[in-house]
Amino acid sequence: MDDPLLIAGDAFSSRLIMGTGGAPSLDVLDRALAASGTELTTVAMRRVDPAAAGSVLGLLADRGIRVLPNTAGCFTAVEAVRVARLAREALGTAWVKLEVIADERTLLPDPIELLTAAEQLVADGFTVLPYTNDDPVLARRLEQAGCAAVMPLGSPIGSGLGIRNPHNIELIVESAGVPVILDAGIGTASDAATAMELGCSAVLLATSVTRARSPELMAEAMRLAVGAGRLAFLAGRVPRRRLALASSPPVG
Amino acid sequence: MEVVINGKPHRAAAAISLAQAVALLTDAKTGVAAAVNGDVVRRTVWEATPLSDGDEVEVLTAVQGG
Repeated sequence: MDDPLLIAGDAFSSRLIMGTGGAPSLDVLDRALAASGTELTTVAMRRVDPAAAGSVLGLLADRGIRVLPNTAGCFTAVEAVRVARLAREALGTAWVKLEVIADERTLLPDPIELLTAAEQLVADGFTVLPYTNDDPVLARRLEQAGCAAVMPLGSPIGSGLGIRNPHNIELIVESAGVPVILDAGIGTASDAATAMELGCSAVLLATSVTRARSPELMAEAMRLAVGAGRLAFLAGRVPRRRLALASSPPVG
Repeated sequence: MEVVINGKPHRAAAAISLAQAVALLTDAKTGVAAAVNGDVVRRTVWEATPLSDGDEVEVLTAVQGG
């Protein structure tokens, strides 16, 4: 079935966006990315380490996977805008996963700084994909600011707690005019399927794959879960009933 | 002259350019960006960008994350 994910006019056949953090080695990451079928994958921007061996960029280029730089580690709009501009210069892409974090303990987005940074980056010509709280009002404000997608968290980054407020995710999906990408908190395949069943356009995850006992197997599980959840959403689930409805003919 | 490159002080006998400062860390032709005192400098003008005493240079690249 031809059902591409469209972000800012660009089409992707995979609805699974991967992160690259947490993998024990580049080799393990490489096999996991291949198994995931992803076409878009995040990287972080950090100071050059002259002693670093291998590069995640080479790996992504070899796989033909498009790179999506993030602003992880930024606590203010000023920092995030600077990192986004450095990423654009280094990687030749104006796409950015915008992260502006409030504190180390929760890694929750700082909504005020996030919206400020989004407005500045949109004005500067960026395609902005903001990592946001599961707040329908903030999601609307980010869309109004010109973001190309909104990426609400299911639960805190790396927590694996799944989608703690599916009702809010549904509310965001119902009113959004841009893709809603469930970002952060996925623990296992059923969480990814649930996100897609709620109507999300895609799922972004890293930890649940890269820190799984077998990242490669979990990546395949996530690929299948995202696909299955998408199909279930398109198919339309049956209404929930309080009592039984016989599935075999009652007479004859 | 002393400049700070990725947080570390660097003494140079003569003036150096941003291109020379970056070359101290990496010879990568792509995937690297640099800022001087917080302002991003395009790679095409690194050679033509002299550093001044006290300048803070940041040289970034992509790593696993997110």
